[in-house]
Parts: sequence; C-alpha cells; structure tokens
Amino acid sequence: MTADPITPVLTKRWLLPQSWRLATYEKLEGYTAFRKALAGTPEQLVQLVKDAGLRGRGGAGFPAGVKWSFMPPNEDKPHYLVINADEGEPGTCKDIPLMMADPHSLIEGCIIAAYAMRSHHCFIYVRGEVPHCIRRLNSAVREAYAAGYLGKDIIGSGFDLDITVHAGAGAYICGEETALLDSLEGRRGQPRLKPPFPAASGLYAAPTTVNNVETIASVPFIVNGGADWFREMGSEKSPGPKIFSISGHVERPGQYEAPLGTTLRELLELCGGMKDGIPLKFWTPGGSSTPLFTAEHLDVPLDFEGAAEAGSMLGTTAVQVFNETVSVPWAVMKWTQFYEHESCGKCTPCREGTYWMAQILERMVEGRGTEEDIDTLLDVCDNVLGRSFCALGDGAVSPITSGIKYFRDEFLALCEKNRAGKPELVGAQR
Amino acid sequence: MTIAPDKAATGETPVPEGYVKLTIDGEEVIAPKGELLIRTAERLGTVIPRFCDHPLLDPAGACRQCLVEVEMGGRPMPKPQASCTMTVADGMVVKTQRTSPVADKAQQGVMELLLINHPLDCPICDKGGECPLQNQAMAHGRPDSRFRDTKRTFPKPLPISSQVLLDRERCVLCQRCTRFSDQIAGDPFIELLERGVHQQIGTAETADVLDMASRTSGGKPFHSYYSGNTIQICPVGALTSAQYRFRSRPFDLVSSPNVCEHCASGCAGRTDFRRGRVMRRLAGDDPEVNEEWLCDKGRFAFRYAQAADRLRRPMVRDRESGELVEVPWTEALRAASEGLTKARDGRGAAVLPGGRLTVEDAYAYSKFARIALRTNDIDFRARAHSPEELDFLASRVVGTTPENGVTYSALEQAPLVLCVAFEPEEESPIVFLRLRKAARDKDTRVVHLGQWTTAAVRKTFGELLACVPGGEAAAIEGIAQHATDLDEQLKADGAVVLVGERAAEIPGLFSALHRLSERTGARLAWIPRRAGERGAVEAGALPTLLPGGRAVADAAARAEVERSWGIEAGALPGREGRDTSGIVAAAAAGELDGLLVGGLDPDDLPDPALARRALAADCFVVSLEMRPSAVTEHADVVLPIAPVDEKSGSFLNWEGRRREFSVTLEGTGALPDCRVLDTLGVEMDADLFTQTPAAAAGDLERLAVRAPNAGAPDVPHAQPVTPGEGQAVLATWRQLLDDGSLQIDEPHLAGTARPVLARMSKATAAGLGGQVTVSTDRGSVTLPVEVADLPDGVVWLPANSDGSKVRASLGAGHGAVVSIAAGGAR
Repeated sequence: MTADPITPVLTKRWLLPQSWRLATYEKLEGYTAFRKALAGTPEQLVQLVKDAGLRGRGGAGFPAGVKWSFMPPNEDKPHYLVINADEGEPGTCKDIPLMMADPHSLIEGCIIAAYAMRSHHCFIYVRGEVPHCIRRLNSAVREAYAAGYLGKDIIGSGFDLDITVHAGAGAYICGEETALLDSLEGRRGQPRLKPPFPAASGLYAAPTTVNNVETIASVPFIVNGGADWFREMGSEKSPGPKIFSISGHVERPGQYEAPLGTTLRELLELCGGMKDGIPLKFWTPGGSSTPLFTAEHLDVPLDFEGAAEAGSMLGTTAVQVFNETVSVPWAVMKWTQFYEHESCGKCTPCREGTYWMAQILERMVEGRGTEEDIDTLLDVCDNVLGRSFCALGDGAVSPITSGIKYFRDEFLALCEKNRAGKPELVGAQR
Repeated sequence: MTIAPDKAATGETPVPEGYVKLTIDGEEVIAPKGELLIRTAERLGTVIPRFCDHPLLDPAGACRQCLVEVEMGGRPMPKPQASCTMTVADGMVVKTQRTSPVADKAQQGVMELLLINHPLDCPICDKGGECPLQNQAMAHGRPDSRFRDTKRTFPKPLPISSQVLLDRERCVLCQRCTRFSDQIAGDPFIELLERGVHQQIGTAETADVLDMASRTSGGKPFHSYYSGNTIQICPVGALTSAQYRFRSRPFDLVSSPNVCEHCASGCAGRTDFRRGRVMRRLAGDDPEVNEEWLCDKGRFAFRYAQAADRLRRPMVRDRESGELVEVPWTEALRAASEGLTKARDGRGAAVLPGGRLTVEDAYAYSKFARIALRTNDIDFRARAHSPEELDFLASRVVGTTPENGVTYSALEQAPLVLCVAFEPEEESPIVFLRLRKAARDKDTRVVHLGQWTTAAVRKTFGELLACVPGGEAAAIEGIAQHATDLDEQLKADGAVVLVGERAAEIPGLFSALHRLSERTGARLAWIPRRAGERGAVEAGALPTLLPGGRAVADAAARAEVERSWGIEAGALPGREGRDTSGIVAAAAAGELDGLLVGGLDPDDLPDPALARRALAADCFVVSLEMRPSAVTEHADVVLPIAPVDEKSGSFLNWEGRRREFSVTLEGTGALPDCRVLDTLGVEMDADLFTQTPAAAAGDLERLAVRAPNAGAPDVPHAQPVTPGEGQAVLATWRQLLDDGSLQIDEPHLAGTARPVLARMSKATAAGLGGQVTVSTDRGSVTLPVEVADLPDGVVWLPANSDGSKVRASLGAGHGAVVSIAAGGAR
C-alpha cells in the first residue's frame, strides 16, 4: 500500500452505500488490522504507534504511542481505554461524521489500542447532543459483538474486550479528559487535579488512557500500512492524514481529508474556494480556541509545528472561514459568550474572566465601549491565560487576543467616540 | 527583604533523608518531601494569599489565588503554578509575589476577578473585620476595580439548614465547605451546582435547574453535626449562622479560649463575648485533640447560661408557705449547713454531684462528702451504672493519661479500632472525626459492635458486628472463636478498643473487655458521654474511690488522704459508700436524711420514678444548680452556681488529658461549686481548701494518682433475653442533638437534629403499619418506624429526644424487654 496525498485514508469508506455496516467495512480491509495486532504483543503495538509518529487528534497533539507507554505494565488494577468523542469545540465536526460514516474503524482501533494497553474495558464518551450518532455507534458495537470481535476471547485470541458507549449530558468541559472521567463516573464534570495523571489514576482510580476518536480510528490503518507508509503523509513531526472540518464562507463546507501540513490555500481549492468569491477576512485553524489567522496565513502549513510557529495552534483542525461580511468584534463576542456559557466554574480566572469579558464585548458591540475597554480586555486575558485550572480559560482568550491583534481598528471603531451606526456590522464590508 | 548569603561559598547544608532542598525567593530551604509549596513558603515567613487551600483538606487548586513562578531543573515552567497543589522538589526555584512580578500580577488579577461578582457589602457582613477575602484584597489586590458591568446576583440568604444560611453572592466558590463536608465530616449534603458564573453551593433542594435561583431548601437540608465548621472555614461571609448573623462585629468582640463542656472529647475552643454576653463559640486549633473542628453542639449550645430562668440568688424553702424564697448567701448557707449537719448526725446524708463538673468542682464534692458529711455515699454517675463499672473504673481507667493511655493520635495510628457499646458520632463527635480520618487516610479498620449500621459505621468505612442489646458481652467473648481475623488484628501493635457509657447497662461487658484486652494486648479506653465524668473518677466522686484512685477499702490509702487533708487519722469513713441507685433507694426508703445534689436530672437516673420519690421523701435536699430543675422542686436550699463561662477550672477528657480553662466572663458574681462547697464546709466546721478552682486543683495535685491496685471486673455475661410475642429488646442511646438541658434556647441548632424515629428490622416492623408504640408497665413511646438492619426482635429508640424519653417514659434502658404494638394502640 502506498500513500497518495490525494487518496483518502480515514474517510475512504464514507461515501459507500451503508458505509456504517460491518459488511461494508469488511469489504474494504475492515477488521483485518486487529487480527494482525492480536497476533503481536502489546509492546510491539506501542512501538509501532510510536514509530508512526501518530499524534493526538484531539487538539494537543501529544504523541499517542508515548501516551500508551505510560500505562503500567502490570494489571494490579483494571486498565481502561476511554475514547473522547465529546466533540464540542466550536467549528469541529470530524469525530461525529467519522462515527456516523465509519464507526467500525473506531471500534477496530479500540480493540487494537485496548490490546496494546492491556485494557479489557473501553468506554466511548459521546457528546449527548448527537443521539443519532450514539444510536449508530451502539448498533455498530452490537454488530461487532455479534461477529465475535468484541466480548470474551475475541476471535480465539484469548483477549477480552467490552465496549460501553456512554452519552454525555452536554458540557463543553467534559471534553477535557479528567472532567470527562469525572462525568463518566457519574460526578460533576469538572477537571481533576493532576497529578495523578490518568495513566496512574484515571477512571475509578485505575490506569486509564483517554484518546480522541480520530487518533484511535487511525490506528488500524497504521497496523495495516506500517509506520513508514503512515509517515509518507504529512510532515516529519506531524505525520499522517487528518480530517479538516471546514465551515463558514466557502463554497462546499464539510470534512476534507488531507495530510497534515496542507495549507488553507490548498484546502480552499478542495472545497471550491470562498463562497460567492467574497474575499477571506479571518479564519481559525483549529476551532475557536486557537488564535485567529487572517489572509496573510493562507500558506501556513497546517500541522502542529506550522500552526504554532505562525502564532496559533492546530487544535482540532476545525477550519472556520469568515469572509469580509463579518465583524470581528461581533464574532469574538459570540465565541466569548460560548466560553462564558461553558466555563465549568471550578477556577476563578475562567469563571469570572469569561463572564467579565463577555459583558465588555457585548457592551462594545452595542456601541457602548471605550478605548479603555480594549486595554481592560487584553489585561483580563493576560490574567486568565495560563492562570486557569485547565485549558478552557486559555482557549477562551484566544479569539479575543488574536482578534484585537489583527483587527484592533474594528474594536476601536466600536468605541464611544467612534460610535458606529450599526455596531454589529463594524468592520464588515457592505 | 534580606537575601540569604550565597550558601555555595560556605559549604552545602546536608539534606536529611526524606527532605529536599529548594529555593524560595532566593532563600534556600530544606523541606520534607511532599510538603506543599504554600506551607514551605509560610515557614519562611512568606504568606501566599489563598482561599481554597486549607491544611486539613485535600488540595483543590480551585481559587488560583496562590499562583507563584516555579523553575524546575533550570527550566522555568511556562505558566505560574498554584502553590497549594504543588509539592516541593529538589532543586526547585520558586518565586512568590515578593520577588516575581509575574506571580504578583497573577495574584492581583485573580483577586480582581474574585471581586467582580462579590457584593462588596463588608460593612454589613458578619465576616467584615475577620475576612480573608477582605484582608487579602487589601494586601494583594488593586485599589479599585475596573469592572463596571452588571454583577451576577442571587436571592439571599438561602437557608441550607435551620442553622446555616448561604449568601451565594459573597461566595468565592473555594469549595472549602463542600470539601469539609465530604472529606472530614462525611456528610456531603452540600455540593456545587450549575456551572460557570452561575456555579453555586446548594443542597438537593436548591438543585432545581429550572428554578435554580429562587428555591430555598425544603426536606433534605444540610443535616450534619459538623455544619458549623463550614461557617468558620468559609474565607468570606457566604456561610453565616442563624445564631450569630448580624449580632456583632468581630472588632467589638473579646475572645477567650475555652474548653467545651458538652462531651468528653475535650475540644479547645474560643468564646467571643461582648458586654458580658457570649455571642458565639468557635473551634480552637489543637492538633492533638480537635484539630480545627468542633461539633455543632459545642459551637452553638451555649445559650443555656443566658436563660431567663437562670438561678442567680440562693433560695431557701419557707416553712410556712412551702415556697422557695430568695435569701442572702449567709442565710442560705446557714440553712444548708444546719440541715446537712442534722442529716449527717441522723441517718446520714449522701451526695449526687452529677457528671458535668470540672475536676476541681468534683473534687470539692468528693472532699465535702468525706469531711463535712463523713460518708462515702457519693456517686457522680447520673445514668445507668453498675458495681462492675466501679471495678472497671478503678482498675482500667483512673490514672490513664495521654502518656500512658489511648489518645486521639493513637486512634489515627491504630490498625484496628473496635467500638463497643459506643456510638461515636452521637456520644463523642470529635472522636468520630478522628476515626473517620484514620479510616480514610490511614486505612484503619473500624469495627462497631452495636445493633445497626448507623451513620457512624458507614462514615468510618466500618464494619458492623450486630448483636441483640445486652448480648455485647457474649459477643466479645465469642470473638476468639467466631471472628478469628478480628482476634488476630486485636493482637496487632496499636489496636484499640473503645467502650462507651452504655456498657454499664450490659452485665459482664466490662469484664469481657478486660479479659479481651489482657488476652490480645489491645488497648482499652473508656469514652464517657459527659464532660465531667472522667475527671470525677480522678477526683474520687465515687463510693469506692477516694481522690487519686485510692480505694476506700484500703486503710493505707485512707491514711494517705487523711495526712494530705490534715485531718485526724481514722477520720475518713472506711466503709464503701452506696452508688447512685443505692443512694436513691435509701432516700426513697427514708434511710437517708439529707441529699446534696449537683447538676443532675432525675430522668437521667436508672429509675426516674424512684428518684423523684427519693427527692420528695422526708429528706433534706440541698441543690447546687444553674437553672430550675426537677431537683429544685424538692430542694430545701437552692444554691446558684456558675456555668463554665463564668468560672475557671479543668476537665479531663476521655484520654485523661487535662483541659484547663480560665474565666471568660469576669465579675458576674456567679460562684463555682467548689467555692460554694468550701464556704458551706466552713459553716459545718470542715475546711475543704477549695475556695477557688486553683486552690482545689492544688489540693488535689498533692494526692497524685496512685497505681491502681483494684481488682479487675469479673462478672459473667448475662444469658441473652428472648422477647416473647409482641415484645422486643430495647436498644437505646442518645442522639447528639436532643432534649439535653444544655441545648435549650437554641431552635436553630435543634432544627438540625436527626429525625426522631424508632428503628427495627423489616421482620420486626411487619404489621406495625409505620408507627410503633413501645411500652412497659411504666408508660409508652410512640414513634414512626424506620426499617434498618437491626437483629430481629430489637427496637431502637433515641434515648432523650422530643417524643422519645426512654428513661422517663419507660423506666427502662438498653437491653430491657419492652412491648411493641402498632402505633397508637394501647
């Protein structure tokens, strides 16, 4: 198998009729990788994933193989594999389509990953707002049980694995891995103090690894194709294919698979360019928690290093594209309202900071801002960034600081002395 | 600040095993592994501001107020770190707000954020003047806020129990209260609700998301015996007590250390008073005893001393009218002296001092009985008691101290604690907290020999060994055969057995425990319920014991006491006296001419009806009391005495630890028992030398405790009783919050008492229809039934709660056979 950057990997089955059925999956190499995996040792699998350089697709980009190797070698306590399918980052729409179109790739990935980490119980924590996806995943899990791919002594290998699909109850914070674990245990979803890290004391205080859906769904392909094949795609430090969820003012929004390191310019070509030809104004490379980019950044390679070098983050590769008809302060206000609504409340900076910043932005958009408000916003951002308990607070300030950085004029235009006629349209081309 | 000199030049300081070396603000410091940065800095004198951090709670890292800059292995960490969650490490370089502009700005930023939604109502807030938020905002905050938008508001106050009121606007969501309730008390009735800026503390009743801000608590409030601690550890004025709210300002209060008079835990506390009136009580900080906690009874039950009916002037019964009339002290003392002298010279006078005295007061009663009344008829035990218990007290209890006996820290270190006939949460709530801590933090195994899985069993992660009431002794005897793992663990180093006051109602139990302890080596401790009992043993307020554990029957011991007291050789009566039951029976039978009674309630005695007959008999009764009681009705002379706030003295707690306290409210004119007895003694030509508590303590000290040489209790255990048709065996003990006389005038406290219910097994409850009437030939108690895991044929009643006064109504106690019938039926 050789890799062609245009040939889809993760999404190759998506357009087949009934792509979510086990039979369809098996027609296209489905459930071949886990047979190879179960024939090997857990150590070999961890090494393979390390060699492939697979990095976490949930946003932080932590090397998956390294994460797996944190699991203790003994089994004094049960080991748990938890799949983070609480896809909640604004703009992100890759895991849910993946689970809708190709749930078995996730399930096969779970079998391989669980085997590699000596886990016999895997939980898939799906965000509660997507019942159709949960139904489909549940039915796929049932199919896999019926085929003998889950349960006791999987295909005679002696390996046991159960998968439980669990629906969240609608909180962005539960995408944070320790809050997810608390929620899964039936508690209030709020991030836990680390250390101990999940690999030492995670779900029910037992060794646990939390991985993103797309990360795990990539694993069967690595097992089948090998580390070198995987590394043919993407860049040296960020190898492999990635699903970009492109939304906003483009001709054909949707999920586009491309190797890591693809630029927005290339992605725009894939999705038919800017809608109605109205020029690009700003965009997020990986969801609203990643600092904004502008048209200057069209050629930034979208991999973990490239995005970071350009002053943002790759995040979840949720590319939200905004054209010139959108006011930046208004968009930033909407995002900030989201963070205010979703702040879990545990720590002061995020809880109070998002509440304050949302009010300032709302006031500015109403045309009652002052120049001093811009300084206050930036200073409050400084007091939230890196001061909050988890990364939610860091994400919350990204749109504000980057928005002011690139579009300060629009914020100034909202201020009292420049009171605009239609504040929600400040900076927007008419 | 002073920068430490370059240590490298002067040679390295050796780092002991288990310690690490780090640098804080340029100063090298050696700290034990595992210590939190915030504490290490504090030892250096740098106080890092904090809200959620509390040394006795698990770290939370929620408030983010304590951020500092940290460098590890030469690499600065990218974000400031919470010093309340990060432990010290070798080579760590820490910069606090003193040396790091980043840390200082982070702290100022968090403080500003904490205040944006805070109402800033310090001038009307109870906490104003002693508020960590106020103080730290002054020290680490901006002079003014940049916030000019709308604050988040909540209806307030929200009563989360009858005693605790919540102001959600003032709350900084540090989670100290929820963590205390969850971790320390084991009563997680309060929890964080909602999220973001709407996050709030609430109970199950306030959790309605549809109507979240306007609910007040209803059926399931903050029912915890320890709820008051949340008020004290709240770093803002969010939690206030119904009792103290809006009553005073901290700077108007005078604070005085106290020792709690309610139970034998011996808690250190602080009494705050204003213009001669106690306004509130707080927990003191005593790591050896109550750490920083106090039960709600100790915190809130002090208004009894301010009761309108407090006795302030002596009274003598007028011969003609039969009424008590106020008279001057001289007249009252003369009348008391004449009456008691006559009684002594007639058929004798006896002393019932009660179990709530200070050591000094108990000693005065003890000495008064021996010298002025020339009798050993004295017994402090105003409760069920037995001769077996006397042997136990003489052989196993008197003379134990924290140095040679079981202590709180011994409980914490013990591999196993066996609680026998002892309900820790109800009878000694701070012992309960320590048992829970031991079980939670140190994996101590806690086994309860009782009747059902009480809250304390659950919250100490304990195991229940269930037996029929009265069967405890047999159960202890059976451990060797039937619970071999327990038997093995009792032999382990540090194993402890705790026994409560109820043991006196179970024949053979003290003997069985003594044998168990001798056989296994487990250490045995007696935890009485009342604060004065342990001290009264030492003071010799017992018919068989003189002060210092000297046996009445021992001529050499008597001679020693006679020499110390400077009285004629042979003056001390050599015959052992009568115990409480014996005294009461004798008085009722007309065999006694006088009774000197301290603070006791006839309804606490084994036979309340007999006790009332004894008081009503033709017997001269002198009552030393604070408030009118059932004794007052029959007293010939009533002498008012001081409550603890108005006197000094000491209690011995269950460990035998001396808990000394001084006068809180000076100059009220109220006299301690020892002073009254001393003067009464003078009237009777007996010199007690107990004019002041200090004098009494000095006098007692000369009678240092002698190694007890009393015989161990040796009573066979009783055969188990089998209840007949329509009968059950009664299990009963007191709830912490009940109708005790020291809890009067505290409706808010009473509102947090546990519901008054009868408990029995499902089978026993069958056919009763939800309500049971428990009766004896004396009377009955009718209560709703709650099914619990009691042995069949057993009914549990709270001993002294509203609607369930077991002694007074039934004349029966733990282990008695009672009749049960469907509620209301006769």
